[in-house]
Amino acid sequence: MIELWVNVFLASLLVIITFYILRLKRLIGIVALSGAYSLTAAAIFVNMDAVDVAFTEAAVGSGISTILFLAALRYLPVEEAHETRYPVWSLFLCSFVGLILIIAAFALPEFGDPNAPVHLHVAPRYIEESYPLFHIPNVVTNVLASYRGFDTLGETVVVFTAGLGVIILLTGSTLSMRFKKSVSSSEIHNTQSDKERRDA
Amino acid sequence: MHDNPVFKIVSKILFGPIVIYGLYVQFHGDYGPGGGFQAGVIVAAAFILYSMIYGLKEGKKLMPDWIIRSVMALGVLVFGGTGIASILLGANYLDYSPFAYKIYKAQHLGIIIVELGVGLTVFAVMLGLFNAFAGFKPHK
Repeated sequence: MIELWVNVFLASLLVIITFYILRLKRLIGIVALSGAYSLTAAAIFVNMDAVDVAFTEAAVGSGISTILFLAALRYLPVEEAHETRYPVWSLFLCSFVGLILIIAAFALPEFGDPNAPVHLHVAPRYIEESYPLFHIPNVVTNVLASYRGFDTLGETVVVFTAGLGVIILLTGSTLSMRFKKSVSSSEIHNTQSDKERRDA
Repeated sequence: MHDNPVFKIVSKILFGPIVIYGLYVQFHGDYGPGGGFQAGVIVAAAFILYSMIYGLKEGKKLMPDWIIRSVMALGVLVFGGTGIASILLGANYLDYSPFAYKIYKAQHLGIIIVELGVGLTVFAVMLGLFNAFAGFKPHK
């Protein structure tokens, strides 16, 4: 019962933070509030006994991504651009999709229901079999690294590829290709002025 | 911020404990919450703290770009190489059972190696992303 009220409190905190993010114009405040949002979400995950997810959310969502946003903020203006037109259709679409999601949420099984379809497929096997077989108490680690090793390999490759792409975009292109671009543009400029001189 | 002695000393004191905590999360992930992903982020946070206080130049002296790029690829290689090793030992890809005589020891060993690969890649990617953002020079 206490868990339910803690969840209600944290969820309403999330709604309040979201409204402040909407109202705020200064980008640094928005970045700080999104970090607070992630931390609150992590607290909800702890309350739901999903400690591994909470750990990841706290470390990545409110730690590293806040720092990366702050590092990116240096190249942005202090305040977000003022919105003059009111996007009625976007509001309509958002409320429509939100309504559908809320209606669909009523059909979900109750939280922690042992007869929910998710808990009847492979989860009982993981829970019963993994400790006698592996002698590792954290079932999440067993599933992540052994039962679902392929998935985790894929995730690692995705992280690697994404990081490589961003690093090449931000460093490689700006250092070497920008140099080439400036050289070629000055060449074009020179040839144009040469032509003009010849025409004259 | 670069000349404030409080930040410098506090970041120096905190650097070691953050890295040790990251290693604890890395190698204790099979007994408690955590694992390679979280550990990589935590260790990267220590290096990012150092770069933020002492400047990007000093941070790159501590962890040069070529090491970051090699470690990024090394993590994926460790993970994929574990799979190749189990093929060479006569099992399926990423099947850890031939690594030791008892199955639980083999699984434990395989999980630790694989998590190490994840941790290395995530650490290097996070640090590389921060360096790329902090050292970015926009068009003028």
